[in-house]
Amino acid sequence: MASITIDEKVCKGCGLCANACPKKVISLSEHRMNANGYLVAEAVNPGNCIGCAFCAIMCPDLAITVEK
Amino acid sequence: MKVFEKTKMLTDAHMHYCPGCTHGIVHRILAESIEELGLEEKCIGIAPVGCAVFAYNYFNCDMQEAAHGRAPAVATGIKRCLPDRTVFVYQGDGDLASIGMAETVHAAARGEKFTVIFINNSIYGMTGGQMAPTTLVGQKATTCQSGRDPAVNGYPIRICELLATLDAPYYIERVSTQDVKHVLAAKKAIKKALKFQSEGRGYTFIEVLVSCPTNWHMQPVEALRFMAEECTKTFPLGVFRDKSQEEGNAHA
Amino acid sequence: MSKILLHGTEAICEGALRNGCRAFFGYPITPQNEVPEYMSVKMPQLGGVFVQAESEVAAINMVYGAAGAGVRAMTSSSSPGVSLKQEGISYVACARIPCVIVNVMRAGPGLGGIQPAQGDYFQATKGGGHGDYHLIVLAPSSVQEACDFTYQAFDLSDKYRVPAMILADGMIGQLMEPVELPPVRSLADIPKKEWATDGRFGEKRRVLNSLLIEPDVLEPHVNALAATYEEIKKNEARCERYKTEDAEIVLTAYGTVARICKSAADHLREQGIKAGCIRPITVFPFPEREYAAVAAQPQVKALLDVELSLGQMVEDVRLSVAGKKPVFFYGRTGGNVPSEEEIVEQAKKALASAKEGV
Repeated sequence: MASITIDEKVCKGCGLCANACPKKVISLSEHRMNANGYLVAEAVNPGNCIGCAFCAIMCPDLAITVEK
Repeated sequence: MKVFEKTKMLTDAHMHYCPGCTHGIVHRILAESIEELGLEEKCIGIAPVGCAVFAYNYFNCDMQEAAHGRAPAVATGIKRCLPDRTVFVYQGDGDLASIGMAETVHAAARGEKFTVIFINNSIYGMTGGQMAPTTLVGQKATTCQSGRDPAVNGYPIRICELLATLDAPYYIERVSTQDVKHVLAAKKAIKKALKFQSEGRGYTFIEVLVSCPTNWHMQPVEALRFMAEECTKTFPLGVFRDKSQEEGNAHA
Repeated sequence: MSKILLHGTEAICEGALRNGCRAFFGYPITPQNEVPEYMSVKMPQLGGVFVQAESEVAAINMVYGAAGAGVRAMTSSSSPGVSLKQEGISYVACARIPCVIVNVMRAGPGLGGIQPAQGDYFQATKGGGHGDYHLIVLAPSSVQEACDFTYQAFDLSDKYRVPAMILADGMIGQLMEPVELPPVRSLADIPKKEWATDGRFGEKRRVLNSLLIEPDVLEPHVNALAATYEEIKKNEARCERYKTEDAEIVLTAYGTVARICKSAADHLREQGIKAGCIRPITVFPFPEREYAAVAAQPQVKALLDVELSLGQMVEDVRLSVAGKKPVFFYGRTGGNVPSEEEIVEQAKKALASAKEGV
C-alpha cells in the first residue's frame, strides 16, 4: 500500500502538492500551523494514495517522502 | 519501499525560499542529477547573488559564493584549474542577464566546460520585486508599477536564443517547473547537461522557468498557471543547441 | 648565479611563476600589457592556466575561483583597471582567499594618462573597495624587487590568507634591468590549503563566502580580519634606510621615486648637506616604527616626502612621525617624474624652513 509522509516542520503550506495529487490525497489544513506559522499540508485521504510521487516532485521544500 | 526520498546531495538545511517558489524544485532536480550520475564526489558549485544567494547552505558539496553576476568568471577560474571536477553555476535572471551579462556571454563564447543553471522568474525576487531583464511586457514590478512598457523599459531578453548565436555552446535548453511533466523534463535536461560536462563536451546551459508567487502577487498554484500560460509565450521551451545531435547527424 | 636582463613586467611574471603561480587572468591595459602576453606563453608551458578575461571585473573573479580552489593565482592591471577590480578584491579579502594582484600604476584620475604615477596609494593601502579590509602591499623600486616581491607576495598571502598587491609604478613596469632570478619552487613544497573548495570528497564540505548576514557573525569575522592585519603589522613591515644615521634632512618615497631620492641624497651630501633616505618596502603594513625611530633621531631636522601624486603616502609618514619633526611634501602628477635636481632644491627649501621653525 502506498503512503506519503509530510515533514510538517519544513512544509510552507504552498499547496503545490495538493494541486499535483491526482487522487486528492492531500489538502492544506485549515487550523494546524507549524512553528513557522504555515498551515501545513496533510494527507486527508491517505487510502487513495497510489505512490505516484507527484506531490513530492512538486514540493519545493522536499517535505514529502513517498513509500509503496 | 521508499519511492521518493531526499537526495544526499542536499544538506538538511531548511530552504529559505518563499512558499510555492519553485526554486526548491530546481535545487532538488539538480542535486538528484549530480547524485544519479555519480558526480557527487568531485563537485563544486557557485552560488549567485539574489534569491539563491544561500544555495551554498543547501548543496552538499564544496561551494563558492560569487559576487553579483560574476559566477561564470568564478567558475571559469575553478574549471580551468580543475578540469576533472563537475562545476555548476546557479544564477537568477538579474544576476545572469543583467549585471552578469558580460560574464555570461563570454563564458559561453569561450565554451567553458561547466554547467549553468539559469533561474528565470522574470523579477528581482530577493530585493522585493523590481523589474528584471526578463520581466514580461506588461508585467508589473515595483520599478515599473503600471507594467513593463517597451517604450520606456525595452523588451525582455531571451538568453537561450542569444547564446545560441554563439558557436561554442554545446547544449542549450529552456525548461519549466509549471507541472510534474515539465519538472521531469527539466530534470532530464539538467542531467543531460551534467553528463555532457562530465564527458568534457563543452558549455552547457539550462534555463529554468520558475514562479515567484510573492512578487507576482499570486497564489502558488495560480503562479504555476501564469508561468505555463504567459511566461512560455515570451520564453518558449525547447532545445536551442545540442551538438550531440549535430555530431550524431554528421556521423550518420 | 648570473643575472639576466629583464623587463619589469617579465620580472613580475617570473617571480610569480617561480613561486608556484599556475593561474593568470588578465585584461589588456597599458602599461602592463607585457604581463598577460608573457603569461599567455609561459603558463601553458608549465601546465598552468591563462585566460584573457572579458574585463578586469571578470579577471579578478576568475582569480577568486581559481585561488579559492587552492591554486596560486594572479591578475595584473593598471590604475583604471584596478579600480574595476575593487569589487572582487573586497570579496577575496572577506572570503580570505589568498592571491596576488599587480597594479602597474599610471596617471589618473579617470582615464588619465599612461605615464608613471603613484596616485593609487590610498586605494591600495586603505582598502580600495567597500568594507573594512586591507591587502598586504609591496612596493618594488627595481626590476629585481619586482621579481622578488612578487615571489614573496604569494607566500605572504598564503600565510595570512590576505590578498597581496604589488604596487609598482609605470616606470618599474617598463624598465629593463639585470635580474638574478630566484630558484624555481616545486609545487610539492607549497603548503596544502585545507580550506580550499577543490571538490575533494570524503571530508566536511567547504564553503568560501563573503555573505555573513547575521551582524553577530559578521562582526567577529571583521574583528578576526582586523586581528590578522595587526599580526601583519607586527611581523611584516619592512623598509630600507639609506644614510639616515647622521642625516639632517630625510627624504622619503617609494617605488621609482625612492631611487631618485637616494641619488638626490648623495647629491646633497656632495654639497655638504647631510641627507638620507627612508623608503617603505611594504606600504601596508606601513613601517611606522622605523619612521618614528628615524624622526626621533636628534640631528634630523625635517623629512621631505616625494611622490608621483598630490600627497597620499605623506599622511602615513605624518602619522608615523607624529609631530616629532616637520614633514614636507613635494609631488608631481600627470605622469611627470621629478628630477634629482628638483628634489635637491625641495630638500634645501625644507631644511631651511625647518631651521627657521616655519
